[in-house]
Amino acid sequence: MSAGAPRSLASSGQKSIQDICHPLSAEESALNPGSAADTGLILPNGTPVDTSSLASSSSLLNRLQLDDDLDGETRDLFVTVEDPKKHVSTMETYITYRVCTKTTRTEFDLPEYSVRRRYQDFDWLRNKLEESQPTHLIPPLPEKFVMKGVVDRFSEEFVETRRKALDKFLKRVADHPVLSFNEHFNAFLSAKDLNKRQGLALLTKMGESVKYVTGGYKLRARPAEFAAMGDYLDLFTQKMGTIDRIAQRIIKEQSEFLMELREYGPVYSSWSSFEEDLHDPLEGVSGCMSNCSSALEELTEDMSEDFLPVLREYVLYIESMKNVLKKRDQVQAEYETKLEAVVFREDKKPPVPSDVEKCQDRVECFNADLKADWDRWENNKRQDFRQLLTGMADKNIQHYEKCLAAWESLVPLLQDKQEAEGETS
Amino acid sequence: KQDASPPPRVPCKPMPTKNNLLDSRQTKEKRSFCMVEKGTSLLKKMEISVAEAEKRTGKNAVNMQETYTVYLIETRPVDAASEGTNPVPDSLWRRYSEFELLRNYLLVTYPFLVVPPLPEKRAEFVWHKLSADNMDPDFVERRRVGLENFLLRVASHPDLSSDKIFYSFLTEENGWKETVFETGFQAKADSRLKALNATFRVKNPDKRFAEMKHYGDELQSVISQLLRVRARAADRLYGVYKVHGNYGRVFSEWSAIEKEMGDGLQSAGHHMDAYAASVDDILEEEEHYADQLKEYLFYADALRAVCRKHELTQYELEMAAQDLTSKKQQREELATGTIRTFSLKGVTSKLFGQETPEQREAKLKMLETQIEEGEELVKERNAECEEFVKSAWVDIERFKEQKDHDLREALISYAIMQISMCKKGIQVWNNAKECFSKM
Repeated sequence: MSAGAPRSLASSGQKSIQDICHPLSAEESALNPGSAADTGLILPNGTPVDTSSLASSSSLLNRLQLDDDLDGETRDLFVTVEDPKKHVSTMETYITYRVCTKTTRTEFDLPEYSVRRRYQDFDWLRNKLEESQPTHLIPPLPEKFVMKGVVDRFSEEFVETRRKALDKFLKRVADHPVLSFNEHFNAFLSAKDLNKRQGLALLTKMGESVKYVTGGYKLRARPAEFAAMGDYLDLFTQKMGTIDRIAQRIIKEQSEFLMELREYGPVYSSWSSFEEDLHDPLEGVSGCMSNCSSALEELTEDMSEDFLPVLREYVLYIESMKNVLKKRDQVQAEYETKLEAVVFREDKKPPVPSDVEKCQDRVECFNADLKADWDRWENNKRQDFRQLLTGMADKNIQHYEKCLAAWESLVPLLQDKQEAEGETS
Repeated sequence: KQDASPPPRVPCKPMPTKNNLLDSRQTKEKRSFCMVEKGTSLLKKMEISVAEAEKRTGKNAVNMQETYTVYLIETRPVDAASEGTNPVPDSLWRRYSEFELLRNYLLVTYPFLVVPPLPEKRAEFVWHKLSADNMDPDFVERRRVGLENFLLRVASHPDLSSDKIFYSFLTEENGWKETVFETGFQAKADSRLKALNATFRVKNPDKRFAEMKHYGDELQSVISQLLRVRARAADRLYGVYKVHGNYGRVFSEWSAIEKEMGDGLQSAGHHMDAYAASVDDILEEEEHYADQLKEYLFYADALRAVCRKHELTQYELEMAAQDLTSKKQQREELATGTIRTFSLKGVTSKLFGQETPEQREAKLKMLETQIEEGEELVKERNAECEEFVKSAWVDIERFKEQKDHDLREALISYAIMQISMCKKGIQVWNNAKECFSKM
């Protein structure tokens, strides 16, 4: 174990907040005297380091509440995104959504709020969260840009898909033990007019300290678990890319098949026009083909509108996750370098510069936050993909069920012989 | 006089029976026109099948080495099976060109019948997976089925089934070709062919035949369109299913980097593979439907041929009648001395003087003979025409009913096939869904 590597944190287990010591506190050093000596960060007089920083206590909170399945009793903040409406002005046309909040938290002035927000506002919120909570993984937003001409931004389906994604985003922030207390989030939910320029003043202490971490420090050894996260994200991105390509290819092939399918109807119809006995059966087949065409059209549209966007969100999101990992590396690197500089000084006696202490603090909080959020992300990812893939299966099942119904209703028509058949002779 | 059981309906390929609606229809006898068989259909006495196909090599007419396929025709008396003895069937090998020879013979000998068509000479309306190569085993297999179908159609036809050349095609391996040529049908074929290819106009076209010909044109056009669309659609559908197989692979790779999600993904991937593989059976069954359509595409041609031959018959009658009329007119002119029609002879005789009474007498006599012959010819041709119309119309009505029945059955089995495909699709995706829900 190299001199600069931070100790892995004690597991919080089932303890309450009050019972858990800050990693830098004196009590904990009493529990692990050996490791304390290694780092050389215990103050010689035994006094505990200031633990009142927002970052450390919040990271403790973060480590505790890993379980997403909070029962209704413990949840005190409920958020929904609903009621999309179109706004037309001379300059632009856009959609707003109603954001409803119900809460018992004292951080909010009122128990209920209802405000209208547009996508831009959600985007602002996410950026602010990323800025002010750099040690956390911020949930993803649906894609900002959509190709004009390919997708209708004002179609019911597109708006609904977006609404669902925005709703999921807010719910995940609301359920996060740290992010949900963020003041930007509060403003987003409660302010009548969102003054987006007032962001700068609301940076958290941790945010501020991490924000000014300079790069350029070399990382000695990335801890295995974070290295594993990075590797996983790379592989995961690859797989997502492949799945995206496959889904697109399927949609393309289905669209081309649909083009041919659409040709069948008219041909059978024109055939029926010069047949007597076969007129009804052929018309029936023509109608059936039309039904199958519609069903297939719906399937391809659904896949384009519901499936692909969610996949893409994940790929975008992973980029931001990787950035968080990089930042963590930088914070650790700075700490290690500064620590080394101190260790190699001639006089080992004097109190450890608070600069190095701050660095260690940052590293350990960052690691804690990231670990907790990673576990949260894993859970969410599992949920999201279970939902996404089950949804894909459902859409395909529905498509086949529609076609099945069409063909099954046709068979009796085909088998039914007209009583008037013998009249021609 | 009515035959209680109409000639057996011959399916292209043994098909699963759907219901008994068909049988009940047959016993109703709503039509006043009855399907009297001229002689018993051959199929009541004999089982016929094209059992196998084999490749042969040999020297052709210009002494060059060639590879060709031969088909094994097996025949067995119907009673044999019921006796329980199950003897070895009689068999002989024939190649496609011999089938063609048989059909050409039938076409010339029974021009008033809608002669069943042969399976296509070259693979048309192919989609990418099907080979257009005549030697391709799938093509050969489908041809084998088509040839069997052809034989069964002929054997169940009220008139064609009693043809001796047809019978010896099925039973005499050697010398059959010579027997056919001995009938002298080639000569008839050549002259007819020449006449048919020539453009001619009929003065009083028979409305019914004209309508039938038009119907044949339309049927041919619409089935061609349908087959073209089908070929393109088959290509696309193949692509859709096969790409899903890629999900199988990527889910497998993905599952390797997951902990809890891994098992669900892996098993779902297997279902995606199964889905991708299922398209081969689907398209094979669809091919069967395409073959049924193709038979009627070629039948449409046979129908048009009958109409065309009728036209020719009528044309020849009209020509004979016209010739007779003109000869009669000439006689009248000669007798009365008045020239009603313009003729070079008339002009020259005016210019160079009249003929002698002896010459006139000789001419008149010749004309009388010609008129007599002409009247005989017209009577003959008239009778031919009437006979043709009568026989052709009987067969056309028979064909119409067969077509309506067969195409309806084809549509039903197509619908049933689609239903089966949908059910399989639902099952596969339900399986996959179950795996996803366990992720």
